[in-house]
Amino acid sequence: MQVEAGQVHGFLGPNGSGKTTTLRTLLGLIRPDGGRMAILGHEVPATLDQVAPQVGAIVESPQFFPHFTARDTLSLLASAGELPEQRVDEVLELVGLRDRAGERVKTYSLGMKQRLAVASALLKNPKLLILDEPANGLDPGGIREMRTLMRDLSASGMTVVLSSHILGEIQLICDSVTIISLGRRVAFGPVDEVLAQHSSGAVRVRLEAAADLPVAATALTRAGVRVTTNDDHLMLAGVDKPATVTRLLAEQGLYVSELAPIAVDLESVFLELTNTAPLPGQHRQVDQSVRVDGAASSAPVGGGWGA
Amino acid sequence: MSLFRTELRRLAKRRFARWMTAGGLVVLVLVAAGMFLSNEKIGPDQLAEARQAADRQHQEQVRWAEQERANCERAKAAGENVDYYPVDCAEITPPPRESIEEQWFLPSTFNFRESFGEMLIPLAAILALVGFVVGASFVGAEWNTGGMMNLLLWRPKRLTVLLTKLGALLTGLLALALPATAAWFGSMWLIANWRGTTEGMTSGAWQSFLITGLRGMVLALVAATVGFALASLGRHTAMALGGAIAVMVVGQIGLGIVLSMAQVRFAEAWLLPTYAYAWMAKTVTLQDWQACNATYTGECEPATLDITWQHSSVLFSVGIVLFLGAALWTMRRRDIT
Repeated sequence: MQVEAGQVHGFLGPNGSGKTTTLRTLLGLIRPDGGRMAILGHEVPATLDQVAPQVGAIVESPQFFPHFTARDTLSLLASAGELPEQRVDEVLELVGLRDRAGERVKTYSLGMKQRLAVASALLKNPKLLILDEPANGLDPGGIREMRTLMRDLSASGMTVVLSSHILGEIQLICDSVTIISLGRRVAFGPVDEVLAQHSSGAVRVRLEAAADLPVAATALTRAGVRVTTNDDHLMLAGVDKPATVTRLLAEQGLYVSELAPIAVDLESVFLELTNTAPLPGQHRQVDQSVRVDGAASSAPVGGGWGA
Repeated sequence: MSLFRTELRRLAKRRFARWMTAGGLVVLVLVAAGMFLSNEKIGPDQLAEARQAADRQHQEQVRWAEQERANCERAKAAGENVDYYPVDCAEITPPPRESIEEQWFLPSTFNFRESFGEMLIPLAAILALVGFVVGASFVGAEWNTGGMMNLLLWRPKRLTVLLTKLGALLTGLLALALPATAAWFGSMWLIANWRGTTEGMTSGAWQSFLITGLRGMVLALVAATVGFALASLGRHTAMALGGAIAVMVVGQIGLGIVLSMAQVRFAEAWLLPTYAYAWMAKTVTLQDWQACNATYTGECEPATLDITWQHSSVLFSVGIVLFLGAALWTMRRRDIT
């Protein structure tokens, strides 16, 4: 896993795949049993104390001493990090907790605690921001604010690593992603490239006359294209260049009214890569996802949510 | 240094620490008030009153002796066989006046020189209790609420963090114990002035009291360290508090009963409070009444065992090394989840 400076990087994986464990290990909370890690060019955990002032992080659910106010909580952290008290007000403003900063954390909703957690991570004005599920408990407005904040921070030169299950958000915010399954990387790279690599090359074709669809299907099948005929359109698979379709049909005297490549989204790529798409009649278990060596996960044996 | 100051601030902000401190101080104030109310200064009036009371007591004894002698003579004259009277009724005599001491009728008075040493023990006990509970809570709540993890994201050197927290705790406790001990000296001195006497105080006596007060503060620091270490080991305040209750109930009361039933010699030597008391009182002499050490006068004296403050210091040192060492070792090794 490699994150370029100044990027927003999505870190994705099914439940239990090891995202939080990876982040905890990176931050020195769990001892690694092997491998190499570096943050901002510093090997960790050996030099973590040198790099820690430049890394802001929240890991998993936000946890704070419930009887302290948000201001006390941040003030103590700022004091431990030798930061000016003024920075506390700045981050409280940034995450929208300015007017509730004097209330005890135990009175906060999950979303407010999440905002406080983000504030604590931003307090250092870090070069690298690691956020594990920052949108947990946020209302829709909060999610949008968080998205804007991430973009602004990235624009200001901050590197952001974001772990989330809200894949639509990740697709909107992130420049690059790493997808893991059962502790191993299954995809990595810029979001566009990852999507393109897993694009099915599907194209939807409509003709001026729907009655010509069977003729068009025959012509395309002869040319080696996989065709699925529908009432008012054809779905084509394995098409490298959509222009080929236009030319083939034009040679038959058939004229295209719509030729639309079917775009894949991150969610479908994620489900495909990790093999975690729900199957009718089956209850997928937490560790049932793809192994990086290609071994299929074991078949579901029942159970699942609430079982 | 910033971490140390932060941890001191955190300790001062902790509501539990404030309440425990306030509770401990209230108990000390109540003890001092009790001392004030239950003692009285001895002056000529009190001495005269005691003399009169002793006279009254003597006269009652005289009347009773005369009445009993008369009863005895009447019974003898009637030929009654009463074995509770002596053969010669004249032997029933009242005690001499001087055997009824006037000091028995004096009100309770606080003699600073004689009693202040003992009064340092409740002070040390309360400070130790506050230290243990606040120490356990200070780090236990941090573990329990995720505060420790947050802090380690800022300051990844784990041992430095834990030891700085301990340093802040002990500094905070000293900041409480020093003025509390000074106030205890002052208030007891005033109470002795108002409700007793401060006569006989020498520089040696003052030095002895000061050293005892110092040992009381050390006891509180030891208790705080052990509470802190236990809670850090278990990552929960309840680990220390539960451990303490278990030790007191099972390890002390239970062990005490078992040792007593087994008629073990010097059973108290196995109990922690003995060492805490020896630490404060310098020496505790245990006696074994099942042994007989004959004296040259033919008396049978019990065998004795002295537990000194040096024994206690060894025990406390071993306890700190064990508990704090284990807490530091696990802090270094464990995964923070």
